[in-house]
Amino acid sequence: MSSHGSRALAHQFEDLDQQREVASLGMWLFLVTEVLFFGGLFLVYSIYRGWYPEAFAASSHELLVWAGTLNTVVLITSSLTMALAVHAAQTGHRRALIGLLLATMILGCAFLGVKAFEYRTEYLEHHIPGAAFQFEPEHFLHAQIFFSLYFIMTGLHAVHMIIGLGVMAVMVWMSWRGLITSEYYNPIEVSGLYWHFVDIVWIFLFPLLYLIGRHVH
Amino acid sequence: MSTDAPRAHAPSATRVYYVVFAVLLVCTYLTWQVAYFDLGRLNTVVALTIAGLKTTLVVWFFMHARSSPRLTLVIAFGGLLWLAILLALTAGDYLTR
Repeated sequence: MSSHGSRALAHQFEDLDQQREVASLGMWLFLVTEVLFFGGLFLVYSIYRGWYPEAFAASSHELLVWAGTLNTVVLITSSLTMALAVHAAQTGHRRALIGLLLATMILGCAFLGVKAFEYRTEYLEHHIPGAAFQFEPEHFLHAQIFFSLYFIMTGLHAVHMIIGLGVMAVMVWMSWRGLITSEYYNPIEVSGLYWHFVDIVWIFLFPLLYLIGRHVH
Repeated sequence: MSTDAPRAHAPSATRVYYVVFAVLLVCTYLTWQVAYFDLGRLNTVVALTIAGLKTTLVVWFFMHARSSPRLTLVIAFGGLLWLAILLALTAGDYLTR
């Protein structure tokens, strides 16, 4: 292959294509473990929702649906800027790459900002499970299960977002230093895979947490 | 994009991303609006179907599954298989108690 001898190519790989495929495969393998990690939480959610559907519907109704919808749009937009960033890296547009990575980060921060506002609202409304929890008496116990799952699932999702922002900051730095070229853009591609996965988790969290029981009340 | 020259390599690539983005927004609007109609058990089915469709679009286009080698696709579908085992065996227990 003509790519032999390229500085971007690590010695253990045949060519750049193989190197790229191996990098992506490694990230996919990690994402499979993430699917099972979040899958377990969705499983617990499903079992409890099956047991206490009324309490779950009533609890879900207390969440800020506009905030959840807004954040869905924000994350989908960040996935677009991420996909465009990978394309900019592939085609060697360094300035566009840096701009799109920064746009992705700004959208990620906006998501976390809205989420923080939601958590604050839930704190003020005494919807955090524990001694200060307040809810209509008939659902008092089981609503706490919903809100526990809500905080665990959205909290772990937010942790993934924060890690993603850290990864993106490194990507901006690498791009700034000129370490990303149209030959070697694996870090951008692989970070993009992770970012899109976190978006997918939210695509499921949004309807299952915010939208159940909207039609009931 | 700052210059036109490299676009020649993949002229339609970014266009596809914008189309997928638009479809994802429409799906988000649909899943949000349909939640206000009482469809009984179908509410959850519709919500999960739309979420599954959105996931497929993200995986296929944004995550480049359509141009990935077969080995990568096997790994990705393998993840779904393990998830299905996790869900099916646990549901098999809880639903038959």
